[in-house]
Amino acid sequence: MDRIAIIGASMTQFGQREGEWVCDLLAEAGERCLDDAGVEAGELDHLYVSNMASGEFEGQSGVMNALAHDLGALGAYTQRVDQTSASGGAGLYAAWQSVASGASDLTMLVGGEKMTHRSTAEATDVIASLTHPHEYKHGATLPSFAGLTARHYLEKYDAPREALAEVAVKNHRNGVDNPHAQFRKEITVEEALDSPVVADPLRLYDFCPITDGSAALLLCPESVAAEYTDDYAVISGIGGATDTHVVHERDDPTTMGGVVESSDIAYEMADCGPEDIDVAELHDMFTILEFLQSEGLGFFEEGEGWKAVREGVTERDGELPVNTSGGLKSKGHPLGASGVAQVYELYAQLTGDAGPRQVEADTALACNVGGFGNCVTTTILEQP
Amino acid sequence: MTLEATRYADGTITCPGHPNSHTGAEAVERIDLSEREATVVTWTTSTATPPGVRQPNHLAIVEFDVDGESVRTLGQLTTGDVETGDTVVPVHAEELRDPDAGIREPESQDWDGYRFEPV
Repeated sequence: MDRIAIIGASMTQFGQREGEWVCDLLAEAGERCLDDAGVEAGELDHLYVSNMASGEFEGQSGVMNALAHDLGALGAYTQRVDQTSASGGAGLYAAWQSVASGASDLTMLVGGEKMTHRSTAEATDVIASLTHPHEYKHGATLPSFAGLTARHYLEKYDAPREALAEVAVKNHRNGVDNPHAQFRKEITVEEALDSPVVADPLRLYDFCPITDGSAALLLCPESVAAEYTDDYAVISGIGGATDTHVVHERDDPTTMGGVVESSDIAYEMADCGPEDIDVAELHDMFTILEFLQSEGLGFFEEGEGWKAVREGVTERDGELPVNTSGGLKSKGHPLGASGVAQVYELYAQLTGDAGPRQVEADTALACNVGGFGNCVTTTILEQP
Repeated sequence: MTLEATRYADGTITCPGHPNSHTGAEAVERIDLSEREATVVTWTTSTATPPGVRQPNHLAIVEFDVDGESVRTLGQLTTGDVETGDTVVPVHAEELRDPDAGIREPESQDWDGYRFEPV
């Protein structure tokens, strides 16, 4: 089977985009991606939009149709992909399938979300609407799941609270060099530990912000990629998996089954393993998730992820750089865009276009998490 | 209302119940947990709560022993003065959050349930 190549990528400024709405953001990223590859909108066969909740946030549905119109891609097949926070990764899976199946020779994926016009409480409720009725009536939110799991992890593995703060410090440091990041400001462990409690034992700096933004990728068969550009990356493995809807029904709260299963599929397809990954973008919506994913992906043994962070393994100049973009923590988390923006960063790393964030990498991995591990996609990228 | 768990044909038990177990086995029995003690597995106090939810909101995952089978559930706590490993009992609450304040359609689900109180 012909592998699938990424021949163009873009992302908008992440942050508070006052006066701009979801369709504006999607169009901005889409136009930039087409320009990046020198492709006209009319050449697209398929156009996918990753978006969790444009209807709930803005009262705007049908965003895929609106984007096709705004770009001038009428006639292309369009589809909106919602897999909550993993909509970006799920959209990439759909876009990959569209080309791999032969249904499309040229597919663009655009992920985006407009959130900051809502209060924190309202945005938290929109996101918490993914929970089971039993969880929802008790007021469980995604941050509260993070607090419950973080306490369990720290107690189970006798890990120090400071290790979580060091994830935030690392990712903020990386974000300083990302011009698209919402926050480009270093923080200290002390500032993280002194910040207000959000979901005990987690504090403000353990959480990603609420963000507006969009990102896009352009895909075609590898056999024709060189006709578009010399700078492309290849999707060598991709997989998705689902865990329980009710979070507390998992045998071990610190094991993310969807991460394990989706990465097993992706590793097998790419014929590689965790030891082959040179750089990774993980879904650090909460600092604790960086530990859980790095262990679920097989980078570290269970209960050892926190040690790797403390030893500098996941720093930009470490053995396995994690979240060179700044991660969701610093770059921001516009829900439907985040999984796409993870791959934007890895595409930049593999094509040597990451500027001051550049690391040496031939093989890269993105892990995009929906809910609290409810739905997960893992994607492995390689240089041609 | 009772605090009910569901046993499935494959022997597993969950709370809340579902039509089928994680492996697709049919639900075969309901088990009342409302008079039993449970143990706190982990807990949190959430200060950033959504519309209609008390602030702060103390939450825990607790574990019941049902015929030697571990059955976990999530629920609000009556207090934030709790530690992992504490024994708790269910206490009924008529309304756990304001059904009219959040994004979910009020008629789509019930809103009463059980909080957990340390003993």
